[in-house]
Amino acid sequence: MKITINGQEYNVEGRKSILQVCQEVGIYIPALCYYENEKPTGSCGLCIVSLKNPRGKKTYVRACATPVRDGMVIETSTPEIEDARKTILEMILAEHPPECMTCEANGECILQELAYRYGISKPSFTAEIKGFVKDDNPFFIRDNAKCIKCWKCIIACRDVKLKKVLGVKGRGHNVEIIAGTDEPLIDAGCAFCGACIDACPTGALFEKSRVGKGRVWEMRKITTVCPYCGVGCMLDFYVNDRKIVYVRGSKEGINKGDDCIKGRFGWEFVHSKERLTKPLIKINGKFREVSWDEALDYIAKRFKEIKDKYGADSIGGFSSAKCTNEENYLFQKFMRTVIGTNNVDHCARLCHSSTVTGLIKTLGSGAMTNSIDDLEKADVFLVIGSNTTEAHPVIATRIKRAVMKGAKLIVVDPRKIGLARFATMYLRPKPGTDVALINAFINVILDLDLVDWDFVKSRTEGFEKLKKVVEKYTPEYAEKITGVNAHDIVKAAIMYGKAKRAAIIYAMGMTQHISGTANVATLANLALITGNVGKEGSGVNPLRGQNNVQGACDLGALPNLLPGYKKVIDLSAHEHFMHHWGVDVPYKPGLTIVEMINAAYDGKLKALYIMGENPVLSDPDQTHVIEALNRIEFLVVQDIFLTETAQYADVVLPAASFAEKDGTFTNTERRVQLLRKIVEPPGEAKPDWWIITELARKMGHEWNYTCPEDIFNEIRKVVVQYAGMTYERLRHGGLQWPCPDEKHPGTPILHQKIFPRYNGLARFVPYEYIPPAETPDEEFPYIMITGRMYEHFHTGTMTRRVDGLNHIAPEPCVEISTEDAKKIGVNEGDYVYIESRRGKIKARVKIADIEQGCVFLPFHFAEGPANRLTSGENLDPEAKIPEFKVSAVKIWRCET
Amino acid sequence: MTEKLLLKKQKSLSSYLKNGGYEALKKALSSGQKVVLEEISKSKLRGRGGAAFWASLKWETVAAQMTSPKYVICNSDEGEPATFKDRYLWENNPYQVIEGITIAGYTVGAKKGFIYIRGEYRDIALRIEKMLAELRKKGYLGENILGSEFSFDIEVVMGSGAYVCGESSAILNSIEGKRGEPRIKPPRTSVVGLFGKPTLVNNVETLSNVPLIVKNGGEWYTSLGVGNSTGPKLFSVSGFVKKPGVYEFELGKITLGELIEAAGGVEGEFKGAMIGGGAAGFIVNEEFLDMPMDFDSAWDRGISLGTGDVIVLNKSVNLWKMLHNIAWFFEHESCGKCMPCRYGTYHARKIMEKILAGNGTKEDIKKLNRIARTVKIASICGLGKSSMDAYLSAMKHFREELMEVIL
Repeated sequence: MKITINGQEYNVEGRKSILQVCQEVGIYIPALCYYENEKPTGSCGLCIVSLKNPRGKKTYVRACATPVRDGMVIETSTPEIEDARKTILEMILAEHPPECMTCEANGECILQELAYRYGISKPSFTAEIKGFVKDDNPFFIRDNAKCIKCWKCIIACRDVKLKKVLGVKGRGHNVEIIAGTDEPLIDAGCAFCGACIDACPTGALFEKSRVGKGRVWEMRKITTVCPYCGVGCMLDFYVNDRKIVYVRGSKEGINKGDDCIKGRFGWEFVHSKERLTKPLIKINGKFREVSWDEALDYIAKRFKEIKDKYGADSIGGFSSAKCTNEENYLFQKFMRTVIGTNNVDHCARLCHSSTVTGLIKTLGSGAMTNSIDDLEKADVFLVIGSNTTEAHPVIATRIKRAVMKGAKLIVVDPRKIGLARFATMYLRPKPGTDVALINAFINVILDLDLVDWDFVKSRTEGFEKLKKVVEKYTPEYAEKITGVNAHDIVKAAIMYGKAKRAAIIYAMGMTQHISGTANVATLANLALITGNVGKEGSGVNPLRGQNNVQGACDLGALPNLLPGYKKVIDLSAHEHFMHHWGVDVPYKPGLTIVEMINAAYDGKLKALYIMGENPVLSDPDQTHVIEALNRIEFLVVQDIFLTETAQYADVVLPAASFAEKDGTFTNTERRVQLLRKIVEPPGEAKPDWWIITELARKMGHEWNYTCPEDIFNEIRKVVVQYAGMTYERLRHGGLQWPCPDEKHPGTPILHQKIFPRYNGLARFVPYEYIPPAETPDEEFPYIMITGRMYEHFHTGTMTRRVDGLNHIAPEPCVEISTEDAKKIGVNEGDYVYIESRRGKIKARVKIADIEQGCVFLPFHFAEGPANRLTSGENLDPEAKIPEFKVSAVKIWRCET
Repeated sequence: MTEKLLLKKQKSLSSYLKNGGYEALKKALSSGQKVVLEEISKSKLRGRGGAAFWASLKWETVAAQMTSPKYVICNSDEGEPATFKDRYLWENNPYQVIEGITIAGYTVGAKKGFIYIRGEYRDIALRIEKMLAELRKKGYLGENILGSEFSFDIEVVMGSGAYVCGESSAILNSIEGKRGEPRIKPPRTSVVGLFGKPTLVNNVETLSNVPLIVKNGGEWYTSLGVGNSTGPKLFSVSGFVKKPGVYEFELGKITLGELIEAAGGVEGEFKGAMIGGGAAGFIVNEEFLDMPMDFDSAWDRGISLGTGDVIVLNKSVNLWKMLHNIAWFFEHESCGKCMPCRYGTYHARKIMEKILAGNGTKEDIKKLNRIARTVKIASICGLGKSSMDAYLSAMKHFREELMEVIL
């Protein structure tokens, strides 16, 4: 279409607003309230332009809200328009505090810029400067006097993030932005995602951490990967004077500027005084600071002695999903080639090992099949066993936005989680009964013939076996097991089965069961039978819990798998590694995390090298873990803090945090992203890759890595999925594996043509329902579920050292249903004891909407460790993942 | 015109039916939507809520939308000071309005209608509820109306005292339970309206004309009124007149002066009048007394007929006091969403206060003029846009008097 702007003709295509077109062609139009890509509110009125209709009559419209049409004649800067703009600005400035000299927004304030542009030093209108500063939370200030009520923070909170916390109070000249019903942000349910801060055009909202710490032009902005969950948000760190000043979600990442409380405000631990700064050796029960040389010599000596005395398999290593790909690669290489054992594992064992086994069996590859961006294209979401809003908030927002645009959402969880508010259907099964439920979905889909026969015939095998197994799982049968109404099962199955594109999203609610592998495989069966694999907006999508748990698996920090998922028992793999490493790899698969702890307990494992893991809090049955660590002859812990586990160590090595090193992380959607160094490590702390390299050298191996990129270039040779990636390519937003050569664009969706199995077909692997290992009985009548909460992460090593997060979530709270609380005789805020067959802890009561007979306890708190209660014996037979989600407990009121 | 077409006293359903009530609906149901649309189009009916927009354009747009459901809203917020014609209709001739809503629903393809009535008309709302219940019982509302395929029901929603909720998009937010503030256009309400669905928003008086048109035909309707201002019109006349009240005349068949005479004449000595929609109207002088009361004649003279109300002013009226009162009204009623209106109405009131105190300067007049120009072109909705019309028109017609007190 042709339009005329200020007398000049332009050719424009697509549906765009006048403002967008003007921005594209470089015509300046002022705006204070414009929020890119969102529905305009038209609050400021600065972007008015005039249109001339065919009869020559002039009308004035907002450029932000008016789409261009063929033949439009637009004037953007007539005297009337400029006079109106200046009048509006002068009226705003009349009641805006003239505090630019001390305002944090100086240099990035749009109002300031406009005042300058329009030359308004003294507004001709006068008004009282009103307002007050709201300091009601640990993270940011709301300066009401500087607020121009442009509605942008409300758009951010309500429309973009769908949190709906911010709103408006009052009318006319008295409008005021408030939280909830004008209450403190915490009480109003603020998620502290900070989207409002990003949206604010003035200095009305700003982080407390930046007060007086420098102007925006003094800051160095470094974009790097968030250290928390597997979403892998890119964050912009603003650094001044070698300290982090504040953080914002980066627009460059898959998060597109989004982030959560942990990403944005959870970095304080980096500069904590408690950071380890020197190597420590324990002598007579007390840690003594030593030099790096002394510490490494000592470790090398002890490892050699133990290896000589008891054999290499008496030593084990815990690698870390918090460390980079390069470090995980080196760690497993160290264990396999320097020590000579396959005893290497990491916390994926405790979260998604059943995903790896379950998906490799069915689809041939154990990773999220689709991409985060791709999720928005789904017509139906099945979110099962994932508290997405708390554990993967940025993905949860994507799901919510898709739902607002018309997608349907089925939420399956014993707890009425945050996403349930947006759900089309919410199903509440009893914990551990998912196989029966999903088999019933498949039963209904077969019964109503919602099967994608083309897909089943051309791309799968084993259908008859599936049909036979699911036959008895009628909705009525499943209702008896799961407690979910048969009618709802049918309804949900039809909703999923009829969708053009249906995406399954799951997490630990599926995997942490003795039937973990069965759960995952059954979900894959469901996706396969409806043809929901290998296309946009579909798939089987495990959400990974740690920022590099995918990478740690990819790089072989697993006892049975070598880098690139080559099997230890596969002889041809040994040739490959012999060629690259010059040393053969042991042939016997190693022990898993839980098995290593058990071996230590039994006195068979003599030495353990732990890099960045905290088994005392993260592994099941704490008492057992602690005893095992006590019995170990030689324990090395390499971490950023003296963790609960490090306290049992013989040698503690101070490591650099994510903020202090370069490298790569692989997120939940298989995207390899560059980690960039932001600040120097404290004291003598060193990056893990340096420590491992030095240790290998001390043990007689000529390792010559001088930087993470050296290591990555070796990974590219060894791991075919990573072969096409270079640091240079990764600088532009990362690449999703497989990426076999340097021209390859990466793979957003897996299995589009073939499945990575020997015959290229996916396989139906049906499972029968088996009940959880522990069922409630008279003595232990409740089922305890463990999991994460929004404000904290994993064992709290990082988040418990952030004051603000501790302020919001200071202690462990056990979620109990109203009915059960009545039965136990407690109210919200009371303390209770929770006891299982393995131990007892104390926690505060939080009344929640949760299945009766079930309670939920987060595992982040050392003072109330949920894993003192869980069992390390109830394991999935294939993946060896413990059943964290079902422990029988008793609960009673604590009087003190 | 002797027979009144709108100002009838037929308060009960039986009296309404006796006078031919609901014949229009029957006719509409038997002749089909297309025919009704044609008749409305032929009638040249224009909205009586203030903007005088062609009713048929709204109706056709909503009818043409493929999305469902659709809604009809009868805008009975009547928030302008000195406008009270809708109230009169509800009190005396309510079924004609309801029949109009029902025909509108049928014609545009809606199954649900809303009567949005201002909170101050609480007793009327309660009476309407009773009427609706009776109509449901008798088959004039609900499933399969009068044995046809057409099902339609009406819900009464009460406002809570905000003037802006009478604005055709703020009314949607209010019904949805949201904060009463206007939505930015486009999209138009007839495309994306209530709950995001196509919605027909018409004024009470507009809808009360519908049964007349359907029953007697669009052509008959154009025989009433003049030119493009067809049909009967209700005028709320108040202020310094001897017999304030609601008067019905054909559009353009009476002048302002004659209307004032019909209302008993001026009390005291005539000074001027405020025409067009309460506070959102224009202040005019005696030169307008010969102006025919129709939409186009008003526009030709640079003002608007608006809702058709007239406030008569006599010589005792202090114009600055009046303007200040109006400014205060707008400041109070501004929702605060858009800055031109939020700040403009506030500063206008403040400056007028200064003038009233005897401290007004020429600078202040310049400022008022700037505000007036700004709110006119940069406010989101009609409230802000018209907030300075009274000032501007008074300045035009009573400049000397107003400038007398300026230093």
